[in-house]
Amino acid sequence: MTERYVMSIDQGTTSTRCILFDHRGHLVSVAQREHKQHFPKPGWVEHDAVEIWRNLERIAPEALAQAGATPAQVAAVGIANQRETTVLWDRRTGTPIGRAIVWQDTRTDSLIEEMARADDAGIVAERSGLPLATYFSAPRIRWLLDHDPGLRERAERGEVLFGTMESWLIWNLTGGLDGGVHVTDVTNASRTLLMDLNSLAWDDDLLAFFGIPRAMMPEIRSSTETYGVARRVIPGVHIGAALGDQQAALFGQTCFAPGEAKCTYGTGGFLLMNTGNEPVRSSNGLLTTVGYKIAGEPAVYALEGSIAITGALVQWFRDGLGLISSAPEIETLARTVEDNGGCYIVPAFSGLFAPHWRSEARGVIVGLTSYITKGHLARAVLEATGWQTREVVDAMNRDSGLSLKELNVDGGMTADHLLMQLVADVLNVPVVRPMVIETVSLGAAYAAGLAVGYWADLEGLRRNWHRAARWVPSMDPQRRATEYDNWQRAVERTFDWIKPGNH
Amino acid sequence: MRIYRLLSTLPTTFQSIHFLPRYDQAVPGPVQSIERAAAILRLLARSSGRLGVGEVASSLGLARGTAHGILRTLERVGFVEQDEPTGKYQLGAALLHLGTSYLDVNELRSRAINWADALAARSGEAVRIGTLLDGKVLVVHHVFRPDDTLQAMDIGSLLPPHATALGKVLLAHDANAASYLQGAELEAFSRRTITNPRELGRALARVRDLGWATEIEEMSIGEAAIAAPIRGYGGLVVGAIGVSGAVERLCDTKGTPDLELVGYVRNAARAVSRDLGASRW
Repeated sequence: MTERYVMSIDQGTTSTRCILFDHRGHLVSVAQREHKQHFPKPGWVEHDAVEIWRNLERIAPEALAQAGATPAQVAAVGIANQRETTVLWDRRTGTPIGRAIVWQDTRTDSLIEEMARADDAGIVAERSGLPLATYFSAPRIRWLLDHDPGLRERAERGEVLFGTMESWLIWNLTGGLDGGVHVTDVTNASRTLLMDLNSLAWDDDLLAFFGIPRAMMPEIRSSTETYGVARRVIPGVHIGAALGDQQAALFGQTCFAPGEAKCTYGTGGFLLMNTGNEPVRSSNGLLTTVGYKIAGEPAVYALEGSIAITGALVQWFRDGLGLISSAPEIETLARTVEDNGGCYIVPAFSGLFAPHWRSEARGVIVGLTSYITKGHLARAVLEATGWQTREVVDAMNRDSGLSLKELNVDGGMTADHLLMQLVADVLNVPVVRPMVIETVSLGAAYAAGLAVGYWADLEGLRRNWHRAARWVPSMDPQRRATEYDNWQRAVERTFDWIKPGNH
Repeated sequence: MRIYRLLSTLPTTFQSIHFLPRYDQAVPGPVQSIERAAAILRLLARSSGRLGVGEVASSLGLARGTAHGILRTLERVGFVEQDEPTGKYQLGAALLHLGTSYLDVNELRSRAINWADALAARSGEAVRIGTLLDGKVLVVHHVFRPDDTLQAMDIGSLLPPHATALGKVLLAHDANAASYLQGAELEAFSRRTITNPRELGRALARVRDLGWATEIEEMSIGEAAIAAPIRGYGGLVVGAIGVSGAVERLCDTKGTPDLELVGYVRNAARAVSRDLGASRW
């Protein structure tokens, strides 16, 4: 019998990767390609959507070739994507309108301030479950429509389409100009500020509030269902799932029961907790979002603590400062010293996300003395991820009324042994990583496999989960308290840096 | 042997324009591309700034394509670095650390983590990755046995090389192993630990022939392990990866290791090696 696989495409912030999984959820092959980060102005971050599509055209055949498989052996493909990144394209030419605006981009901050003053601004949080912030898609669509003369008219006539990355890739995979399907899934739609969290449909009042024509919006579908069949790159393969990357990781960690949570460490850090079939409103700076929706079943909601910058700080240390030549070397450098030497780095590069939501904050390095070496800075870089996780876990504990007993982690940064020990130390709970750290990819594969019956049910997926590593806290409580206090004082120093109308 | 391994890693564009003269069989003569590579390194070391491909080619009287091929290969192994905005070349940081480990252990863990997980999942056993550090095996990565029992994290611990499968793989491919064996007092951890240097030498030769090593109750009673080498550019061994667990699961009643497990270990080692740029393994 010919082996059959499920393919996942993880369209992430810095790269796109394609992984084949077998029936037991084991990774069979991986192909990956980075794409260029464009920083045209301070606070602006852009991607070329065509470059990302071309990367997919190369890596999908690569992943198949590595496994010695043909598209006919792929039961389904699932897509997980960087969320909130906004692409507009021309329906008739298939060409993107300018570059995609990435989730880290803060160009819309004055627009947000202005919109927040409107009388009906309250409907945003009330219906979408999210604060009015630069992080989400709707302000970016508005910004693009405002800055390109004639674009709004074309959008109203249905000539310009909006999508997050999964919509763009599905449209292209299903034929593009030649019958491409224009859809999104509930998890991605829940990050636009335009979807009603209860009805799971585009909300006319929210569309009107942001001035966005309905004709450009994709159709909202479940996270697991066959959206169409690929006609290009992997011809004949069923496209069976799409989820925002963090929701995909929640799925990949098999957090299917209320109260189960995971934290994924990549460019940013994202802690999501399954809250069941009811959306839970946060009073501590967390987001209410859709976790996933299996076709024909009610949606499962999640509380999310989003940290904008975790791995991106290590990348900056490598690319911006040139102090290391590869990301894993941060650990080697950090181990050249015993502690941070009194130095703290708060990476508020694009403001601070959860639990602060301060878009005017900017990064600081505090506690600099002539004693500080690059080793101390490297330690401060890793500790920043630890303490930011602590802030989000504290908020999650307050909102849920529960106290976290153990943290499930995944993502590329879990390969950093020192960092994982640090996270356990500052949280004072054990940190556990599963056998597959590529949970984003695994979640997309699981969801796609469920859609086509490759896997029968959630229970079967759960049995695939195994513990690969566990770090136990070993920090002195007094030191933990002192360090947390120092961290919080450092965070305060990032506030109010950008003055209104001064950017 | 070494030379031909290095040549096999060169880009094909370079191989196709490269001419290998026929030398006397008994004493191999000089290899032209290595002489040229050495000249390029000397040229870059002498230069006050970075040099472009054209400058290198004209200075050494090489065809532009030849110079480019050598520079690209030297970049691949870390001996030169290319400046992104200008496209010019300079000596690479790796040259300064030729004597020390050329692959950062945390980098190794990061590059190997997916394959180590897959090995643990397939074999059902715990996985460790080790490198040599001051005559000991440093555990740089550890994946728990996937049975969800409580297990202690082992990263950072040091193991005796002569009594472990990981260590035997590393010693078998280390040029200093012979001197290590002469001087070392080989401690016995069990009745089956190899304590005779000559016997160990023969065991290491077998490891080189087979391409993998075993440890059967040599470190702890009831425990066995299987390991294989992880190779980087040019075939250089940069670490070892292996599984360990109860002897009755890893071996048959006669004490022969399960060949299916050996296959899993070797496949994982090859996958990591491929990711690290070793083209033949």
